[in-house]
Amino acid sequence: MYSLYIISIISLSISYYFNKAKTKQSLKIAWKKFSKILPGYLKLLIILSFVLLISDDIIIRYLGGSGSLFGIIIGLISGSITMMPGFIAYPLSGILLEKGVSYMVIASFITTLMMVGVVTYPVEKEYMGKKATIVRNIASFVIAAIIAIATGIFYGEVF
Amino acid sequence: MKKNSTRNNIILFASFMSLILLSYILNYNLGMKIGENFMIFARDMIKILPPAFILIGLFDVWVDRKTIEKNFGKTSGFKKYIYSILLAATTVGGTFVAFPVANSLYHKGAGYSSIFTYITAASLVMIPMSIMEASILGLKFTFIRIGVSLPLVVISSVLLEKYFKNRDYKLPKVA
Repeated sequence: MYSLYIISIISLSISYYFNKAKTKQSLKIAWKKFSKILPGYLKLLIILSFVLLISDDIIIRYLGGSGSLFGIIIGLISGSITMMPGFIAYPLSGILLEKGVSYMVIASFITTLMMVGVVTYPVEKEYMGKKATIVRNIASFVIAAIIAIATGIFYGEVF
Repeated sequence: MKKNSTRNNIILFASFMSLILLSYILNYNLGMKIGENFMIFARDMIKILPPAFILIGLFDVWVDRKTIEKNFGKTSGFKKYIYSILLAATTVGGTFVAFPVANSLYHKGAGYSSIFTYITAASLVMIPMSIMEASILGLKFTFIRIGVSLPLVVISSVLLEKYFKNRDYKLPKVA
């Protein structure tokens, strides 16, 4: 899983071979950018460690026990405000599926989980500015809702 | 102002860390759970962020502005969306890495629609994630999700570009 380290070390060596000064400059840029955003990432980590307290059980209970329309709305909202790594999110949706939750509701949860980042706001705003961050997330929310409905149509869960 | 926010960050982080540490000493369950959650993402970030920023640094010094303008900027036609999506699909680390990359691309001359497509696609079509998804939820689910979302991502990016260009919006310059 440390493949990115290997890739960057190889790239650095190639760069160093061709131009030492440029390579040094690139490291300086990398450090400057990294140290500037580090507080943002740390804040994000702190928020995430609280958000993940919303346990699987709660998500299963709320997404599992509700009808389609209500389920989608809960899915969209809970996916937007939470964030979890794929190795937790996908097994969780597998469980939801087994419990009989519709694909449409799972899609609404999974898609907003990935696309809409309320908790990544501290980092995104540093790079995109406040306005672009907010507008992009709203657009993503709308797209996620459309994807959820489309999924429902393709699986024959609506109409 | 700047110094103050640095101090606040240090205070915030130090108090968070002492909360975790204290929880472990006192065997306080909720606090220990928070500590575990912290580690899940912290491990990810340690694996990904330092090398990602090294690559971004290399990108900054080696990649010519003209190349980016030609492929991701206004002189590039529809292919900029394809490039953005391909770049997104191969970006390791999802949006954590996509935000700084998008910012660097922008300052090298990439258009708004390219970077919006890139960021949104990076959260949607990461290859390793999609493989995992297909194995659990089925290939059909993954195909529907990606097939429906990509056109919408491109359309919304074009609209967002119009919106931001009209308002003469500039992305912040980070370092």
